[in-house]
Amino acid sequence: MIDFLIAPLEYGFMVRALIGSILVGVMCPLVGAYVVTRNLAFIGDALAHAVLPGMVLGFIVGINPAIAAIPTGVSIALLVRTVSRRAGLSTDTSIGILFAAMFALGLVMLASASHIRVNMEDLLLGKVLAISPTDIYVSLGITLIVILGLFTLHHWLMFASFDPVGSQVVGSRTNLVDYMFLVMLALVIVIGIQAAGIVLVMAMLVTPAAAAYLLARRFVSMMLLAAALGTASAVTGLYISYHFNVPAAPAMTLVASGIFALVASFRRRALA
Amino acid sequence: MSSAQYSHQASVSLQDVTVELDGHMALSNVTFDVDAGTLMGVVGPNGAGKSTLFNAIAGLLPVRHGKVTLHRVDQGGGALAYVPQRESVNWRFPVTVMDVVMMGRRCRLKWFRRPGKRDRELVKECICRVGLWDHRSALMTELSGGQRQRVFVARALAQEASVILLDEAFSGVDLGAQESLVEVLRSLRDDGCIVLLATHDLTNLAGRFDEVLCLNCQVCACGPPDQVFTPQVMEKLYGAPGLRLATDGGAVD
Repeated sequence: MIDFLIAPLEYGFMVRALIGSILVGVMCPLVGAYVVTRNLAFIGDALAHAVLPGMVLGFIVGINPAIAAIPTGVSIALLVRTVSRRAGLSTDTSIGILFAAMFALGLVMLASASHIRVNMEDLLLGKVLAISPTDIYVSLGITLIVILGLFTLHHWLMFASFDPVGSQVVGSRTNLVDYMFLVMLALVIVIGIQAAGIVLVMAMLVTPAAAAYLLARRFVSMMLLAAALGTASAVTGLYISYHFNVPAAPAMTLVASGIFALVASFRRRALA
Repeated sequence: MSSAQYSHQASVSLQDVTVELDGHMALSNVTFDVDAGTLMGVVGPNGAGKSTLFNAIAGLLPVRHGKVTLHRVDQGGGALAYVPQRESVNWRFPVTVMDVVMMGRRCRLKWFRRPGKRDRELVKECICRVGLWDHRSALMTELSGGQRQRVFVARALAQEASVILLDEAFSGVDLGAQESLVEVLRSLRDDGCIVLLATHDLTNLAGRFDEVLCLNCQVCACGPPDQVFTPQVMEKLYGAPGLRLATDGGAVD
């Protein structure tokens, strides 16, 4: 058993993959706890797709795609809220428009830039085993920023998530808090994409947090439990991928989904 | 209670307030004043503009013309509290009574400050005052409609608010629980708070409020309940001349 766990770590790429998986397993569910309780799953999915042009641009100009994805993700996150407020459209509609447009732009850029060789499958399904030291530094930087943000804004985020109108009345900070949350969401999605890819990052964002929602009573316990389940899913998935030669992101997703299915068959949360 | 020190001599004054929503007039030339230590009922049919009025007072909606003045109410510090309609709260979010009341302390704290001992003591005092200390660890979803409203009132207390707006506070709350809620609101009124409660339910209204504002996009009447609840006002309000008030203040057909 020890060998099963230790042997893969003789390879540098596996150590980096393990660090990457743990960061994704902790950070995506921490933010995902808000995504699940605030019904923001669609915006999470959209942001993941919308960073594609940023990543492709990174490949074209030769900078790390994770770094290039950050400004794209953050601007789309801010744009979604602005478009829905200005145009008087529902957030879902604005997300639908922006997400499809950005993903299409990314695909066109990818097809036009014939000199770059990028495997589309890596972008869509992640490449945790090929994660570079720079990717790890970017992820660590983002982790620090997001943890600091979540800690500082914790009470305001809880207030705005539970009672948006009441929190708006007591201070004009609610809008700012919402914008900052969207920025944090965009940032963790950038970490998530490296390990899980554009399509499956949703699994790390939503599934462990949903399982924790069924198990935990209070929000803080839910966040911590979500991070624990997320880490367990990511690390287990990584080992399965190594030992059974299956792609890592789908393995992580299936472990997380399995945990959720197990929890959901025993627990059901009463709704108001 | 500490709210008294903030509410002393506070008053809310609306002059010719007109609000437009999606191109139609939601409030038209609304004028009235409320002084400190008043429990006012805002009554009117559904769609009469009660929530719009509260949103305008709270600064959530732009006023097309007219003026909302909050005298001696330090708005920035959270001296105005809003108890939302049931529908606008995210009940999926798992918070306990203690968490919700602590939210009231946030606006009194700086961004990076965590709630301290004094905040925790005040929160305890506020929860005790609405009679829910035994339920402090209960999730909001585990409480009855009336208890939930009392938690929101405790949050307003923790916020040290001098003006409290309660939107459709009696909706989904049984008569006994309505009475306990009114009891708490009366004690806030006695401390000098201005309490405005919107309801479309006319049952047992007269005995509950010091003043009543009858609203149907415009002010139909405003004053003490016995002067306001006349057949003429009821007709203007509900378009039903046969509607009159029972001796206990409840509306009967």
